[in-house]
Amino acid sequence: MGDFFLHLLGYVNPYYLQIIVNIGIGIILALGLNVVTGLTGQLSLGHAAFMSIGAFTSAVLTIKIGMPFSINLLLTGFITAAVAALIGLPILRLTGDYLAICTLGFAEIVKVIFLNLEITNKALGLSVPTPNTAIPMPVVVWIVVLLTIVCVTFIHNSRFGRALMAVRGDEIAAEAMGINVTRYKVQSFAIGAFIAGVGGALYAHFMGYINPSDFGFLKSVDILSMVVLGGLGSIAGSVIGASILSAAPEFLRFMANYRMLVYGGLLVCMMIFRPNGLMGGTSFTEMVLRALGRKPRLKIIMEQKNSELTRSGNGDT
Amino acid sequence: MAILELNNVTIRFGGLVAVNDVNLKVEEGTIQALIGPNGAGKSTLFNLITGIYTPTSGSISFKGKAVSGTPTYRIAAAGIGRTFQNIRLFTDLTVLDNVLIGAHSRGKWNLAGALMKLSPWVQKEEGALLDLARECLQMVDLTYRAFELSGNLPYGEQRRLEIARALALKPAIILLDEPAAGMNPQEKSELMAMIKRIRETGVTVFLVEHDMKFVMGISDRIAVLDYGEKIAEGVHEEIRQNPKVIEAYLGKGAADAHA
Repeated sequence: MGDFFLHLLGYVNPYYLQIIVNIGIGIILALGLNVVTGLTGQLSLGHAAFMSIGAFTSAVLTIKIGMPFSINLLLTGFITAAVAALIGLPILRLTGDYLAICTLGFAEIVKVIFLNLEITNKALGLSVPTPNTAIPMPVVVWIVVLLTIVCVTFIHNSRFGRALMAVRGDEIAAEAMGINVTRYKVQSFAIGAFIAGVGGALYAHFMGYINPSDFGFLKSVDILSMVVLGGLGSIAGSVIGASILSAAPEFLRFMANYRMLVYGGLLVCMMIFRPNGLMGGTSFTEMVLRALGRKPRLKIIMEQKNSELTRSGNGDT
Repeated sequence: MAILELNNVTIRFGGLVAVNDVNLKVEEGTIQALIGPNGAGKSTLFNLITGIYTPTSGSISFKGKAVSGTPTYRIAAAGIGRTFQNIRLFTDLTVLDNVLIGAHSRGKWNLAGALMKLSPWVQKEEGALLDLARECLQMVDLTYRAFELSGNLPYGEQRRLEIARALALKPAIILLDEPAAGMNPQEKSELMAMIKRIRETGVTVFLVEHDMKFVMGISDRIAVLDYGEKIAEGVHEEIRQNPKVIEAYLGKGAADAHA
């Protein structure tokens, strides 16, 4: 199987391969932040910090312990999630701008810590050996992308996800519905961090070199832009937003220094013409179902139950 | 048996005594009303019962257990549902999702359940929650709106949706904060029938309302609050003729003229 993929990848231009992997990692990070900001409504400006914690944790695990890559990925995710839960407990009591500033501060602290730690090689950064996996890395990245999409979709359409959306909508009303707001906020923060940690680990092992400065404020804003461009709370939106913004710097390379102008202009246009993002307010699943002329499953169930009720003689009034 | 009991409940905000030494019992299976002029402390009392505020002194017990000091979400899950004076729906979600969120505490599966969404256990629970949500929507005649965004509903229907959402908690008691506010006479009479229907399902109703006709037409017992103090309690006639109540609503001269 591994040979098959290796053979297949042989046909792809390494430059394009790099872009494809970058897109994959971008999607993973955007999906993670979308759980926190899009689904739960908690603005975080420090998502890159969790990416860097993941990247350095997994790098150290590989270099010092030589842990197998699959276990490494999972463990990294859990460690990052634990850090997020720990930091989330105090700071998630804040809302809106205050929370954003706090996450921003946290990201800077993480960066400075990694710049000074002996084990992460201080400002020189770490070289990470390519993991010895049965399947080549680009394929691993995209398997993780698919897994993340599936998991996040499940979260969106569950009791757990509804609680997160309730927290986003109105915290007081959510509490009055029996939802422990603080707990769900911290959990969503930890899930976002788990995904970012895994993304960071993949980044570290694919790039082969990581430096604390790679995960600064600009990276956080980058990830946030992907989520906002695609549409807050939309999974398909995050995928599209991340794809566009991960590939854009490469396609705009010919414009050299002017590409940031295009980038900024794009976001301004978005804010004017589609403030909810490219996919905001629409569900991808529903769109596909409608295109196929089918109704969502929930709607079918409801209609079935209603018709059963009418038949038994005590239908809607 | 009193399902909800307030004993000498007082809350101060700085120098302001919003609720002062209130004693109140809500009997199980009744419709209890709480009336009073603007700023009398009615909504504050609801916020005290649901744990949004903690009383400065006094205690509140629900089904014989003290609830003051417990977090709001625990009180809700224990069986106290509520609506809000200024509607607080999740406006960017559908009507059905709003009610499903209300049914939150009737489910168990959390993150693990989300990741095992396709397993029969989780599917079964989702089905049960959906059944419950449908029942609640039917109770307020909103089934036909199930898949619309709740923010797009007209005002009267939003109020009804709030009731459905609170019912999805399967509460033992439901607190309605001005349920008839902003409704026309037709809607009000429909709402009255609805509230009676809710009581018939075994849910105790405790409501705050300004509309006297509405309150007199529906409630078993009425308590009157003025300047944070309970000034009267009883059945319709007692309240209607109580000079203190007339004074609070119409002024001192009116009370004398009436006597």
